[in-house]
Amino acid sequence: MKAKTARRRGSAPLRKPDDHWQLRLYVTGQTPKSLTAFANLKKMCESRLKGRYRITVIDLMKQPHLAKGDQILAIPTVVRKLPKPVRTIIGNLSDTEHVLVGLDLQAAD
Amino acid sequence: MRNNGHTHSPPATQLPKCPTGIQGLDEITGGGLPRGRPTLVCGGAGCGKTLLATEFLVRGAAQFGEAGVFMAFEETEAELKANVASLGFDLAGLVRRKKIAIDYVHIERSEVQESGEYDLEGLFVRLNHAIDSIGAKRVVLDTLEALFASLPNEAILRAELRRLFRWLKDKGVTAVITAERGREQLTRHGLEEYVSDCVILLDHRVNEQIATRHLRVVKYRGTLHGTNEFPFLIGDEGISVLPITSLGLNHKISSERIATGIPRLDAMLGGRGFFRGSSILLTGTPGTGKTIVAANFAQAACKRGERTLFFSFEESPNQIIRNMQSIGLRLDPLVKRGLLRFHAARPSLYGLEMHLATMFKEIVNFQPQVVIIDPITSLMDAGTDSECRGMVTRLVDYLKAGQVTTLFTSLTQGGHALQQSEAAMSSLMDSWLLLQDLEGNGERNRVLYVLKARGMAHSNQVREFLISNRGIDLVDAYIGPNGVLTGSARAAQGALEKAAVLASQQEAARRTRELERKRVAIERQISGLRSEYETEALELRRVDEQVGTRTLMLTTERAASGLLRHADAKVAPGRRNQPKPGRRN
Repeated sequence: MKAKTARRRGSAPLRKPDDHWQLRLYVTGQTPKSLTAFANLKKMCESRLKGRYRITVIDLMKQPHLAKGDQILAIPTVVRKLPKPVRTIIGNLSDTEHVLVGLDLQAAD
Repeated sequence: MRNNGHTHSPPATQLPKCPTGIQGLDEITGGGLPRGRPTLVCGGAGCGKTLLATEFLVRGAAQFGEAGVFMAFEETEAELKANVASLGFDLAGLVRRKKIAIDYVHIERSEVQESGEYDLEGLFVRLNHAIDSIGAKRVVLDTLEALFASLPNEAILRAELRRLFRWLKDKGVTAVITAERGREQLTRHGLEEYVSDCVILLDHRVNEQIATRHLRVVKYRGTLHGTNEFPFLIGDEGISVLPITSLGLNHKISSERIATGIPRLDAMLGGRGFFRGSSILLTGTPGTGKTIVAANFAQAACKRGERTLFFSFEESPNQIIRNMQSIGLRLDPLVKRGLLRFHAARPSLYGLEMHLATMFKEIVNFQPQVVIIDPITSLMDAGTDSECRGMVTRLVDYLKAGQVTTLFTSLTQGGHALQQSEAAMSSLMDSWLLLQDLEGNGERNRVLYVLKARGMAHSNQVREFLISNRGIDLVDAYIGPNGVLTGSARAAQGALEKAAVLASQQEAARRTRELERKRVAIERQISGLRSEYETEALELRRVDEQVGTRTLMLTTERAASGLLRHADAKVAPGRRNQPKPGRRN
């Protein structure tokens, strides 16, 4: 990923592939919605997946061709690439409950 | 962007148009869709929305050099390509040459979780990217409404759609947005609320087991447009809309006349036959010889070296050829020489529009100067009355525009020669011949007359129409006290009249002889009288002479006697005579 990328790796890496979370956050520039979404996502990951996640932020303003691959329509969108299956959450992630359900994090707990 | 190439004469303020290249649609809309604005195409399932949108893009790219973006919400790129390939659209090739970009947008609702606020900026980004990547001027969104099923928040969606249409206008692309037909409104989700420049409604109806698609321009801001429902069909060259009055009444007119193949009929039509490029209706009850007249006309045209296209909806070509041979009309050499072509089809084979389309295609391929449709009434069974009238109008328009002389035969039922539908159809026709059966005297005879022939002095007489193994002949029919006499009655009347003529001739001769005799008698009488008169005159003269002589003798006598008596005075001779009457003798 050449995009502006935020990496958060835990200090005690658990190398099981299932445990490694790969998230993509699609935004279009630094809009309030995008910033809120990023903050919400980060907060959630920190509390639930500390050390085993990676968030890739993709700015479609700079890389519009990437929108097609993940069928992005809504902004912001979070796509969980790993673990499988792929999950998609749209919105600024202000409703934590929905995000947790959407990312299967309730079950992961 | 005003199109100067088109020679329409509307006011200078006309909206710039974006030609679709779809046959007929540009005529209805007066040049195409509004350029730089979105157009809504709505209709139920299977109406051809996607096809219309695709054709708009493909023709734009191939014919008008305008690249286009197809944003598909329902079908994948591969499906789209395969679907339109059967219509001869090389979508894949255009995509390869970067004339068309296809973006398949798909969201599975079950895989999407909503949390908090969002917008559809992603859609805008994708569309913008696709447009910019190929420099597109045209955009299709097919079917945008699929988003309503994919995205749970309708309020956001509506707000974003409004923004999308605004954005498309700002972008300056000509967009076609397809939508499903709604129950009480034009579209299921009320998209017409956002797209207000041009709305086209497609419809697919089944009438008497025959399905016909219709197109109607519901609204077109700032432009005059045909508001009627126009039938359209999807053929192997895409959509063709068939506007009823596509050409108006401004055909080129020829004053050239062409023979009918029946000399006496030519004579009835001012002596020189039909006008070239006119439309002729030939009505008749069953078995009155319509096809024969048509075949004669065809043969006459072929003999002049003109190509003739014979649409037969009742008989197969071979049957017509065989039957015509029985009256001495050989058509097969003309077929072999390529001057005459038959096109036979059962009327119920397909709908009226499809018939019309195939006929148009045949006409375009063969380029005939004469077209015969035998009979047009068979086609009428394939549609409703008004549809048929529309179809005939279009056909007449089309053929007239090409200066093609057309003969329509029309079958009427029973004894009534004039049916309602014929009367309606006849107003489109320039000439109208009527073939009729007359029954009487235990026989059935055919008569022909010219009901109307625009622009020429034509005979008002009923002619008997004879079919023999040497062909057709028209003979004068006798008008008797009981109407027109035909067949043996005509022959009998002929004999009767001949006898009468002979009798009157004999009578005249007799009278002449009588008169002569009288003249001779009178002359004889005159000469008798004259001789009598002459006799008397002669006698009178003799008497006169005698009297003169006697008077002279008397005078002389008296003078002598006076001399003798020595008369002193002269005596008046009268007085002197009286006393001596006895001296006479």
